Amino acid sequence: MKCSRCGGTAVINMRQHRLRLCGEHFVEWFTSITQRTIEKHEMFDQTDRVLVAVSGGKDSLALWDVLLRLGYEAQGLYISLGIDGEIGYSDSSLHMCHQFVSEHHPEATLHVVDIEDEYGQSIPTLARTKQRGRGKPCSVCGLVKRHVMNRVARDGDFAAIATGHNLDDEVAVLMQNTLHWQTGYLARQAPVLKEREGLARKVKPLVRIYEREAAAYTLIRGIEYIYDECPYAKGSTTNFYKGLLNQLERKSSGAKQQFYLQFLQARTSGAVSFAEERDADLHPCRQCAQPTTAGDLCAFCRLWE
Amino acid sequence: MVTVIYRDKTWEVKPGSSVRHIVDKAGLNPESILAVRDGKLINEETITQNGDTIKLVTVVSGG
Repeated sequence: MKCSRCGGTAVINMRQHRLRLCGEHFVEWFTSITQRTIEKHEMFDQTDRVLVAVSGGKDSLALWDVLLRLGYEAQGLYISLGIDGEIGYSDSSLHMCHQFVSEHHPEATLHVVDIEDEYGQSIPTLARTKQRGRGKPCSVCGLVKRHVMNRVARDGDFAAIATGHNLDDEVAVLMQNTLHWQTGYLARQAPVLKEREGLARKVKPLVRIYEREAAAYTLIRGIEYIYDECPYAKGSTTNFYKGLLNQLERKSSGAKQQFYLQFLQARTSGAVSFAEERDADLHPCRQCAQPTTAGDLCAFCRLWE
Repeated sequence: MVTVIYRDKTWEVKPGSSVRHIVDKAGLNPESILAVRDGKLINEETITQNGDTIKLVTVVSGG
């Protein structure tokens, strides 16, 4: 199999693009697609400081690497959740982030927030204490991560929080939201969530990249990442939908890309529209001052009461 | 023989078959797999040689 650009040996075949590329031209392609996505959706520019949420996994480390290579002032944020799962999951993930910095970008800044050190309980303990999530701490975890990311971004005056969501992540969510006709979510799902009073902008520069391509990028660039997924993600609904979508992709190459991109296009053009839930009355939490629709205290602060 | 590694499983296959054939025989979806030999990514048409160790990397993660 030959590279479509130089005729050398290809390392990846991207059937949805009818493109086979060698390592060098794949990295060039990946970088160019990411830059074009940033520009098309006006995510941020070279004058902005960007906070990259890193987990030690392939997507977030690929994103951080490509942003630094593109010359953006991208600083990393690792949130230590205290998840062990008999594999030392959180410790290994943090190790991967430190290793990435030391081996690839020694000049880069990595911010680390340890939830147990800062707030007194790890995520699994907190979920158990509060009896939330039916044995899985995922909803508590999401709530805490959103709060901490926003806090660090606001305190550090970052222009945006960048996350490593790839096209497979987005299309799996789109499929779930479509099957359940979650119109509020369908109205909001987008590569950019604009900043609002007290809430930092959130951007997803890898939304045009298949998950397989993000993994290929890290392998070619020699970036070590944590292969184990979060112990609590095993059997997750999102992974189930990703499996279904990859079966579809196998039979019909480009199906995932078409589903997602045509959804965005149809919504932008007005061909489809969803009734967006009205912005409820947002006011600052009495304790942390982050915006909330709840009473005095936001959902995050109520967790620790 | 060719050694194939996938997650915590290891098995052997005869040399001379393509990576795509190995992935298919293992019942895996090539859309969610990458193949690595000696730490380098290889394409699905690569023909395996005697003594090769092929690692099949699953690319699906998240929750």
